[in-house]
Amino acid sequence: MTTVRKLEINPVTRIEGHGKITVHLAEDGSVSEARFHVTQFRGFEAFSKGRDFREMPEITPRICGICPVSHHLASAKACDSILGVEITPTAHKLRELLHMGQVVQSHALSFFHLSSPDLLFGFDADPATRNIAGVAAKYPDLATKGILLRKFGQDIIKTLGGKKVHPWHSIPGGVNRGLRKDERDAILKALPAKTADAREALELVKGYLEKHKEEVRNFAPLETAYLGLVNGGYLEMYDGDIRLKGAKGRIIDEFEDWEYIDHIGEHVESWSYLKFPFYRPLGFPHGSYRVGPLGRVNACDDISTPEASAELKVFRQAGEEGMVHHLLYYHYARLIETLYGLEKIGELLEDPDITGSDLRVTSSEIYPEGIGVIEAPRGTLIHHYQVDEKGALTGVNLIVATGHNNYAMNKGVESVARQYIKGPEVPEGVMNRMEHVIRCYDPCLSCSTHAVGKMPLKLTVISATGEEVATCVRE
Amino acid sequence: MAKVKLATVWLEACAGCHMSFLDIDDKIVGLLDKVDILYSPVVDGKEIPKVDVGVISGGLGNEEELHLAKKMREQCDILVAWGDCAVFGGINSMRNFMTPEEALKVGYVDTPSTVNPEGVIPGEDLPALLPKAIPVDYAVKVDVYVPGCPPDAETILWVFQELLEGRIPKVPSDMMRYD
Repeated sequence: MTTVRKLEINPVTRIEGHGKITVHLAEDGSVSEARFHVTQFRGFEAFSKGRDFREMPEITPRICGICPVSHHLASAKACDSILGVEITPTAHKLRELLHMGQVVQSHALSFFHLSSPDLLFGFDADPATRNIAGVAAKYPDLATKGILLRKFGQDIIKTLGGKKVHPWHSIPGGVNRGLRKDERDAILKALPAKTADAREALELVKGYLEKHKEEVRNFAPLETAYLGLVNGGYLEMYDGDIRLKGAKGRIIDEFEDWEYIDHIGEHVESWSYLKFPFYRPLGFPHGSYRVGPLGRVNACDDISTPEASAELKVFRQAGEEGMVHHLLYYHYARLIETLYGLEKIGELLEDPDITGSDLRVTSSEIYPEGIGVIEAPRGTLIHHYQVDEKGALTGVNLIVATGHNNYAMNKGVESVARQYIKGPEVPEGVMNRMEHVIRCYDPCLSCSTHAVGKMPLKLTVISATGEEVATCVRE
Repeated sequence: MAKVKLATVWLEACAGCHMSFLDIDDKIVGLLDKVDILYSPVVDGKEIPKVDVGVISGGLGNEEELHLAKKMREQCDILVAWGDCAVFGGINSMRNFMTPEEALKVGYVDTPSTVNPEGVIPGEDLPALLPKAIPVDYAVKVDVYVPGCPPDAETILWVFQELLEGRIPKVPSDMMRYD
């Protein structure tokens, strides 16, 4: 079908990065294609070459200020393997604690600051109030709890890493600072109230999903495979095997992090700076899958902490064969993981190793290659470095969490466009629905533009000959 | 008293400066009594309106970012540069040791997981890269500089408070950070 017109939303707002949406219309006004473009490229893989690999845990967090800890840790793990060392139990647990602080802060940001306005006020509400300030005005108690839940996670990061954004804690072979008992006790003391707040948010989302069953079912429906780390079948965020589970619940593959290159490829499209990862044996786009909270809770057998595990059982009742595909259930999955993060923080702090002093393993070896894989809040993150005999980087490959969802984000935007757009007149609420598709995935477009970057919206209508016919802008 | 109108944008950056702004935590509620955020990644505005204060985090690395920086300068009375990328160019300027074409080739052709037999380099409907990644004041005049990677939340808040008092702040040395 000939494309007659193109609509553009630029920037997409309340997402963490830079992107735009274009919708191509056919002659009869129906949607022929929709694309979500990531519009920034920064070139970390290129400009890191020649640097000493030991600098990477400080360089790569600058890919993303929203989840800098993810890059910090994936990078430190890749550096550990270049040194050929196993870190100490104390270092391992402190890194996990740092990571859980980040999971809590990042998930709180995604839910309370960015997505809750749509759920509380509706997709068609006045854009001027559809933000965290609007939530603060109408639901001050909830907004404050959300802000302070994020702060709780950020404070853990600051305690260990000296600052909240771009902390400095993990180093090749371990960590540079331990945790004092008084610091441990302060976090433990605050924990029960934060767990209660996370539960409250969870109930809010469950209530929303229950009340809007129709919208939930029809909101950009898509069945996919899911990818995530598991440890003995349990959901894992810091270190485990990579599992791919099919849409019907069958485990398609499970492999170790160093084998990623044989299993995951990245497709390139001319219209986005964000690549499209896929499962190599199935090819692109058939081998596309989803990651992040929905990916992880679908991929795992169970969750190791009791409250999150109980909640997972309730969650799975919404799907067949225990697989839940509804896009809006990303929010639910994200809050189950928030609960898991808080429970895990408690577990780690109760472990005597956490205040240990054996922080670092040294080595004079330099192996030619190192790979570090962790679950960033938004999904599986892969750092892969090659070095010469002195440790200068000769190759850097980064597969960022948001990338894995690139195909699904595009399909989701297209699905909403097909459902609601019947010509060049596009109501604001429809634009917002398309954006909310993207918000569900909580993309970190700064990461996507390490390679990925930037995200404001505007809707442009384009003719068959490529001319702009009309533009809808949200004022 | 009329509220001060504010627009913030992040250009070539990691979002960390905006995260540091959110790290003022619940103090944001008090700030919102005095300030209207009309355009920002955290609210739903699509075009930069006329404002009193404009904030840019991030440097300039492509045509769109250059355009937005100029637009922000036109639309605001006082322009603030937040963070090392906006003030100095920051980590993005590490790519200035090579051409944009070389950097793109590494990202989209050379990397080992990339499957791109036809050597497609993204560019369709996308802003072209500038030859060099540059700080904001290479392109437009900046009134207030707030360096740091990122600047502290306290520093960001202090800058707002000074502006609300009608002063053009000069960040004192004990609030400067260079990490």
